[in-house]
Amino acid sequence: LSLFAKKLLGVGTAVAVLGALIALYVAGWATSFPQSIAAVSSPVSAGTGGTQLTLETVAAIGPKYSPSHPDWVSYLVKSHGQWVHSTDFTLPANSIVTVTIYQFDSQTGLRNPFLAQPEGTIGGTETVDGNAVRVINPEEASHTFAVPELGIFVPLPGITEQEEEKNACEFAPCEPSKAHRTITFSFRTGKKGRYRWQCFVPCAAGFIFGNGGPMQTLGYMDGFIDVV
Amino acid sequence: MAERNHARRFGLIWLLATLVATPLVVVLLGPILPPGNGSEQASGKITDNTVLLAMATPVLLLVVIYLLYAVIYFRQPEGAALEGPAVRGDTRIQTTWIVVTSTLVLALAVYGTVRLLADNGAGSGSGPTPLTKPSGPKLPVQVIAQQWAFTYRYPTYGGVETPHLVLPEGEMIELHVTSLDVIHSFWAFQLGVKADANPQVDNVVFVKPTHTQTFEVRCAELCGIWHGAMFDHGRVVTPAAFESWIHQQEATFAPATKVLPPYGRTYLPEPTRRGG
Repeated sequence: LSLFAKKLLGVGTAVAVLGALIALYVAGWATSFPQSIAAVSSPVSAGTGGTQLTLETVAAIGPKYSPSHPDWVSYLVKSHGQWVHSTDFTLPANSIVTVTIYQFDSQTGLRNPFLAQPEGTIGGTETVDGNAVRVINPEEASHTFAVPELGIFVPLPGITEQEEEKNACEFAPCEPSKAHRTITFSFRTGKKGRYRWQCFVPCAAGFIFGNGGPMQTLGYMDGFIDVV
Repeated sequence: MAERNHARRFGLIWLLATLVATPLVVVLLGPILPPGNGSEQASGKITDNTVLLAMATPVLLLVVIYLLYAVIYFRQPEGAALEGPAVRGDTRIQTTWIVVTSTLVLALAVYGTVRLLADNGAGSGSGPTPLTKPSGPKLPVQVIAQQWAFTYRYPTYGGVETPHLVLPEGEMIELHVTSLDVIHSFWAFQLGVKADANPQVDNVVFVKPTHTQTFEVRCAELCGIWHGAMFDHGRVVTPAAFESWIHQQEATFAPATKVLPPYGRTYLPEPTRRGG
């Protein structure tokens, strides 16, 4: 081989290797998704059976789950007895899902009070600390769990200022002994598909109108429901 | 061939092509132009688009035919390396060019203004105080945008708010478009409606749906991570079906109606404890 041919071969090989590495990186980035957590299913005959999805909302996710944004508000999901920082959930199609949300965050208030009424749930209600309600005080909302494409909007009332001062949870995961509201509701999943869900309360502390940061970043106050 | 013959021949070819192509464009393309005939305003836009296309056709033909004519008749002979004669300007051509293009642009401006006023905004947002309003009764419907969903409020039905947009066919609708947070844009394509949804602004749009249908609703202003998901369908139904539906909505959302603020042209959402 001539010197020119050797140089050409060397440059060509280097470009090919570099291109392959870039392609691998891009492919890895484009195909990486957050872990999707499956809801727990148990026989309906057991009384409390069916599909159960257990979530918690916290004012600050903490360094354990999010070292880069420990002070961001977030949802977590329970999987095999452990709280997991994921907002992607897997639910079975055409089935009734019961959602339990332990809501540890304080009150922010709904930007649109219309969302104070639960919609799309079975019976058009939710329970707050065991009491069935048709509408909450919009001022007391901390977050919502909403799947617009499925017509599901559920407001989540927050803890009071007194509770926050006395017994607030600092970082996730929050112990049940900390001040919280327990919200439950059920809804029926439809056909298979991927549906996005989000919080409609501008709850991102420190951002303009509360709608930046965790409200604009997948994995905190929004995510996907994979109906399979 | 003399220059004058070129001009005459080219002019004749262009004129014939224009006389043939323009009616064809109007007759064949006009009826299939967007956005369809979902409302009087959408039909008006088809008329406008047809007029614009008809005016653009001679201009397009002028450029394309001249290009082809030049390729055929002014190509450099094989083997020759000739410089063309220096061009020093031509007062007649320059004057004609300026007069014709100015006339076209001014005519379009006049046509657009007249159509906008005659059609009460032509399906676009006219701001809080529209210059012209359609006569007769109008059904007010408020479009409320927020990250990332539209909701709709019907002030003449107890101020009920609903996540669904349903309109009666054949009635003039007075849409009041606003936002609770950032800038959005309410776009009902098949109805020929597009209006900015700005916080603290009541953007009024008039639209008269002409037949029962399902239409798309999208946000047309990049508004955050779920902008692309700010998508839904609205329906135009018969007046009787609308009455039935709206009373059902009043009953369904009675609990929410009780906690809604009084109907207003805009809202200043409070509290904003987290943001500021």
